[in-house]
Amino acid sequence: MKGRVMLEVNNLKKYYRVTGGLMSRSIGEIRAVDGVSLTVGMGEVLGLVGESGCGKSTLGKTILRLEEPTAGEIKFNDVDVVRLNRRHLRELRGKMQIVFQDPDSSLDPRMTVGDSIAEALVVHGISGSAELDDRVARLLEKVGLEADFGERYPHEFSGGQKQRIGIARALAMDPQLIIADEPVSALDVSVQAQILNLMMDIRERDGLAYIFVSHDLSVVRYLSDRVAVMYLGKIVEMADKTEFFRNPLHPYTEALLSAIASLRPAGRDRILLTGDVPSPLNPPPGCRFHTRCHRVMPVCSQVEPELAQIAPGHMVSCHLYV
Amino acid sequence: MMSETVLEVKDLKTWFFTRRGTVKAVNGVDFVLKRGECLCLVGESGCGKTVTALSILRLFDSPPGRIVGGQVIYKGDDLATCPMQRLREIRGGDIAMVFQNAQSSLNPVFTVGDQIAEQVMVHERVSRREALSRAHALMEEMNIPQPGRALNMYPHQMSGGMKQRAMIAMSLSCSPQILIADEPTTAVDVTIRAQIIHILRALKTRRDMSIIFITHDLSLVKDIGDRAAVVYGGRVVEVAAVEDILKNPAHPYTVGLIDCLPDVSSQDKRLPSIAGNTPNPLEMPSGCPFHPRCSHVMDICRSKMPACANITDVHTVSCYLFGDKNGGIAR
Repeated sequence: MKGRVMLEVNNLKKYYRVTGGLMSRSIGEIRAVDGVSLTVGMGEVLGLVGESGCGKSTLGKTILRLEEPTAGEIKFNDVDVVRLNRRHLRELRGKMQIVFQDPDSSLDPRMTVGDSIAEALVVHGISGSAELDDRVARLLEKVGLEADFGERYPHEFSGGQKQRIGIARALAMDPQLIIADEPVSALDVSVQAQILNLMMDIRERDGLAYIFVSHDLSVVRYLSDRVAVMYLGKIVEMADKTEFFRNPLHPYTEALLSAIASLRPAGRDRILLTGDVPSPLNPPPGCRFHTRCHRVMPVCSQVEPELAQIAPGHMVSCHLYV
Repeated sequence: MMSETVLEVKDLKTWFFTRRGTVKAVNGVDFVLKRGECLCLVGESGCGKTVTALSILRLFDSPPGRIVGGQVIYKGDDLATCPMQRLREIRGGDIAMVFQNAQSSLNPVFTVGDQIAEQVMVHERVSRREALSRAHALMEEMNIPQPGRALNMYPHQMSGGMKQRAMIAMSLSCSPQILIADEPTTAVDVTIRAQIIHILRALKTRRDMSIIFITHDLSLVKDIGDRAAVVYGGRVVEVAAVEDILKNPAHPYTVGLIDCLPDVSSQDKRLPSIAGNTPNPLEMPSGCPFHPRCSHVMDICRSKMPACANITDVHTVSCYLFGDKNGGIAR
């Protein structure tokens, strides 16, 4: 980890109540995020990987309190985010921002992109049209667009350009942390590379930290310092990038990496997982992965493994390693 | 060496006549498909790869779409012009198709078993019971657990991976010679994707079937393809064996596509990217469609489409860097 800890998440939980029947009775809960602990250092990029439904997006949104956490602790620069009132939360959000997956649905089609970007500034108390125009123009230039594009509407831009606008908006208040939720998965490969480069440039220039949420391991390998893998609401493995790709320990991580020819660690066989991800409404007992695991043992269906440190900075939650 | 040709697409042109202008989605596509091979059509969104696939079976909406030129030769018939009656026999029978989104390709109000059986009964004179038992065997072949139970499920009761496998089962129900798979793994997760690729590879060998696999993902091509055709601006710009094209790409677009993959590029460096965006289909650039984004652009590229040049017997490319710079036959 680089520098001091900026964000610290302890045992964070986000449950959704599921209702059904005529009276909308509660019939269960989806444990989208179920006890996640992690830290992000100053200027660090944490890659958060997992398949759809594993809770990675919910985790990102809950950290920003776009979703109210059910339990747990979030500390940003030693401020307890969970207890902040609305006013203080708004102040904090200037420092903690999010870029969404789909640039189409995250920009208002009836606002010029300049207004969309300026809105963030206005909310944070910056006024005066000259000042706003100037800051918007500088933000657009920062993300590689023309300064006068602010007068245009979202439909006039390509997908890649719209994602640049989304990034410009997130940068408006000079944040220290950006949670990027699948920012390139809706883009073509040739454009994807442009956006990844832009994000890395901004990081180098401004010393930003990212939580980079993605299902694409090759993208995560490109820009992360550390990688965390989620499965059904829990982190199953977390390690330094080099260690993670050279020596994946959790069977699920092994399978994820082996699914992509170019990422398969040397000398390891291809692993084909059977079945689908189980429903988070009714996760398997014991280790949540045991129903699909190729190295399952009797203990796995009984006891839930703890996330434990196996080597310096390498955390794994699996009975194979305790 | 690969064996006989099962399908030949020659100078195919499918244009869409819209109110805002003519979209030349497919604008002179050539390729051949051999028996038992998997040919990957690779390209970015809007490059014409899906319309090429749809044109083979004439499945695009017409109007506004129309095949304005070229041939699709299958068993001596030209599918671009043959009577509807003949085409209907071929669709789902000899040539089957799997679409990207299984969710919207399955009918929500019938069980999956009924939908597979229906296709068998349309093409062959068999009883419903026999059709259902065929469906059962196919679901088994797809590694679907408890196939009997799965046949009685409605699509919404299945997971995404299961639906996609059911779609593949359906497409195989009449033992097609050719399977066209249009981005069959884009909507599913990595581990499910690996399962589907595994199934397709096994099928190809077991049934000696040819596959046209359409994808935007070059890293997938390595896992499934025998040969790859790179599509840009409605044309095939490069064709070669998969290993060859990944190691020695010739066309500047192919080079760019491979370089900008994060898993191929070396670490801790800026990713090379291709400048600009994919062209607007209504305003296709003149000459070579890639010239506005190409770093090797020459004067001739702006005015004339380069002809196909052979780098080796089995590696062809449409680019003036490789062909005769003056005498190229522009189409």
